[in-house]
Amino acid sequence: MSSFVFRQGLMVGASSSYVGDLLVVDGVIAQVGASIDAPAGAHEVDATNCWVGPAFVDLHTHLREPGREEAETIESGALAAALGGFGAIMAMPNTEPALDNVALVSYVLERGARSVVDVMVAGAISQGRRGEMLAPLAEMAALGVRLFTDDGTGVQDPSLMRRALTYSKPLGVRLAQHCEDESLAGGGSMNEGALSSRLGLVGRPAIAEELMVQRDIELVRLTGGAVHFMHLSTARSISLVVAARDDGLAVSCEVAPHHFTLDESACATFDPLFKVHPPLRPRSDVDALRRALASGAVDAVATDHAPHAAQLKDLPFDEAPPGMLGLEHAASLTYEALGADDADPASFFRLLSRAPARIAQVRSSDHRTRHGAHGVSLEAGEDANLVVFDPHERWTVRADQLQSRSTNTPYDGRELLGRVRTTLVRGRLVVDGGTLA
Amino acid sequence: MAHEIVERNHSLDGLSVVGLQKGGEPFARALAALLSDIAGHETPLGLLDVSFYRDDLSLNPVPDSAMTAIDHDLTGRTVVLVDDVLFTGRTIRAALNALSDWGRPRSVQLAVMVDRGHRELPIRPDYVGKNLPTSLDEAIVATMQGVWIGSKVPS
Amino acid sequence: MIDTIRGQNLLSLEGLSRQAIIEVLDVAESFVEVNQRAIKKVPALKGRVVASLFFEESTRTRLSFETAAKRLSADVLSLALASSSVKKGESLRDTIATIDALGIDAVVMRHQSSGAALQVSRYVPHVRVINAGDGLHQHPTQGLLDVFTVRQVLAQRHGTSGLQSRAELFDGLHVLIVGDIRHSRVARSDIAAYVALGARVRVAAPGTLLPEDLESWPVEVASDFDEALDWADVVGLLRLQRERGSGSFVPSLGEFTATYGLTMERAKRLRPTTLIMHPGPMNRGVEIDSRVADLPSSLITRQVANGVPIRMSVLYLTMAGSAEGSGL
Repeated sequence: MSSFVFRQGLMVGASSSYVGDLLVVDGVIAQVGASIDAPAGAHEVDATNCWVGPAFVDLHTHLREPGREEAETIESGALAAALGGFGAIMAMPNTEPALDNVALVSYVLERGARSVVDVMVAGAISQGRRGEMLAPLAEMAALGVRLFTDDGTGVQDPSLMRRALTYSKPLGVRLAQHCEDESLAGGGSMNEGALSSRLGLVGRPAIAEELMVQRDIELVRLTGGAVHFMHLSTARSISLVVAARDDGLAVSCEVAPHHFTLDESACATFDPLFKVHPPLRPRSDVDALRRALASGAVDAVATDHAPHAAQLKDLPFDEAPPGMLGLEHAASLTYEALGADDADPASFFRLLSRAPARIAQVRSSDHRTRHGAHGVSLEAGEDANLVVFDPHERWTVRADQLQSRSTNTPYDGRELLGRVRTTLVRGRLVVDGGTLA
Repeated sequence: MAHEIVERNHSLDGLSVVGLQKGGEPFARALAALLSDIAGHETPLGLLDVSFYRDDLSLNPVPDSAMTAIDHDLTGRTVVLVDDVLFTGRTIRAALNALSDWGRPRSVQLAVMVDRGHRELPIRPDYVGKNLPTSLDEAIVATMQGVWIGSKVPS
Repeated sequence: MIDTIRGQNLLSLEGLSRQAIIEVLDVAESFVEVNQRAIKKVPALKGRVVASLFFEESTRTRLSFETAAKRLSADVLSLALASSSVKKGESLRDTIATIDALGIDAVVMRHQSSGAALQVSRYVPHVRVINAGDGLHQHPTQGLLDVFTVRQVLAQRHGTSGLQSRAELFDGLHVLIVGDIRHSRVARSDIAAYVALGARVRVAAPGTLLPEDLESWPVEVASDFDEALDWADVVGLLRLQRERGSGSFVPSLGEFTATYGLTMERAKRLRPTTLIMHPGPMNRGVEIDSRVADLPSSLITRQVANGVPIRMSVLYLTMAGSAEGSGL
């Protein structure tokens, strides 16, 4: 294994930041300080004017393997993740077939072990994600699964959700929910409101999300379980979670970059690139989500990276599958949403790395069976899963130049501020100079 | 001009006046009225809009269409087409095309108030009010009150 | 605001100015005259190819458009995909690319998904796209022929012609639109047209058939249907869109008819000058009593007749003044 020395970057620790050097030897942080004498042969990484911190952790990635490999594979998704600065990704179980048993979870874990980033697996809550019977949560937990979800839909039946919470509580795992009540939202393809009304598109009302958030908060209160709310999209959803957290309930939440960057007006052109569940909301919700990122109301940013084969996004808006790419531009969008020049580096790494690592239970202090430690504090002895982020670099998103196998990004042609320059995973340089090493 | 028409045609029976919209309309009306006086009976007047018969649809801005009103079958009749200004001849060609949708006239004669030259098609007028050679970058407007020539007016 | 549809696509009536709409109506008057001739044909679009692409079947509208194209001497490629093997899941891009490869100048398109015509127009920017109905979104030519019909009748009453009439005919005109507005593309197009021309529009329907966020629409909501009928100069009835799911929004057809149907009794109470309209096809006995449809104040057959001249006007304006015809 090699040695790496990061020079003169802003080292963003868990409690303090300072400009200095960081030395990695054999996959472990060996030394941090204002100025370090590197051992001979150490690879120099120039980090001047950049931020150095723990590699990002994505709680919400759709790798389309097994079943839809033409859109993305575990390998291609991992490469895209590394370019986006991620050292660990949580694979969602809505593959074909769904990841609802030991055999399939093992399959993804094995394939993931051979890819460039750590691939965690979220197991399904219900068999086949059909929302009827519990999946073998304990068996999957024994493999190291720490998060369970039926994403891309939520568990519709409250009694099943209650059972899942009660059953999973002693396993020390968390249930994650895609909050949308299908009876209220079903058939809809964009936010329900004045715009959907004018465009003649059936809407997905905010209440479909908020009601389920409210329901699960009460079920947590009742059972003592833990729920992580995925891709919340409205101001009200966030405030419900904040109140529940203040009540001492074990709840957490994530928001996706598209929900704090784009609003429903993007759908006016009927371009399915902007179709997502839950849908893009009005500007007022977008602004509220941006404020919630900085304030700490939101725990984590998660990409909800959802690759789709190009011809699927050429379908009529109401027929096209929902979802957008996310891995390769999440960091830049988070940086911009935090205020760019005014962004607080500690918040940046909390949202993208430290909080997701805590929720996924892959911190140094968590009991891990197969993955390294993520969301590290940048102290000697910790696993070297690191990222160098250049907050000054401007770049333009080009759909056909992304690493992902798919091209369904809603930001094609958009100039972003801030870019991942270097990603180190398991002590290996995966990305350097903004490209795959 | 009315007298020329009478002379040339020997008789005004079976004669129809058709004015081209929009420029030819006032002249056609005046001519038909004069001919009616001379003949002692009504000379039928029709109005023809050739917007839909033009061959240069994609090259020119779509002209304002006006109504076509031809209320009788033109088969066997002598039609005097009336327009204000004769220029390239394309409008008249379109008019000849259009006329065939109203029957088969015995003959078609052309009366124009002003001939400004620059023909692009083998079209010649039978009756001309005034020959006024112009250059291509000039514009002509002919009304009942008189003729105006100036540098090209943007439409 | 769009001031003219010359050389443009016609995807929606939203955003069209009064001037743009009047232009279509005025040109349509000329085509009414053409349709009265012995030879109902002009060579205006000779050599141009118009494809009619109907993913959702409608014999009547398709024939109306195809007749309009043929009377303009255009060549027509007729694709009734609803009856072919094309199922859901066919990429719009692929379908239109196949047809475009044959060389077309315009496509008239009807599709069950809102926005489909706009999506297609992005794939073939050199082709003029005319929306013949997209999902719940818009049905521009229906809106245009509806206001054209009203203008015709009102102008006649005032002793003038449609062309001579000033736009003031519509100023403050009381238009009541009744029925399944929520699921109706005709309603959205009608409202856009009437409002652009200066009319006052009210809507009447059971709450569940009114669209979301109605406050953002340029219409008033009638609180009492019978009162609104008395207020109206024009009553536009809409069909209950059962195939778009409206059946589950009302408890029963009978209840709908009792509360919002134009029954014979209600029709008798209308003012003598009030006009009755329906875009068709009618559910006789549901939103309109069969006998009411045949009353003299009902303009339904006129609406159908005006379909061809309006569509000729739309084809002429959108295709004229645009790029050279294919193959030339």
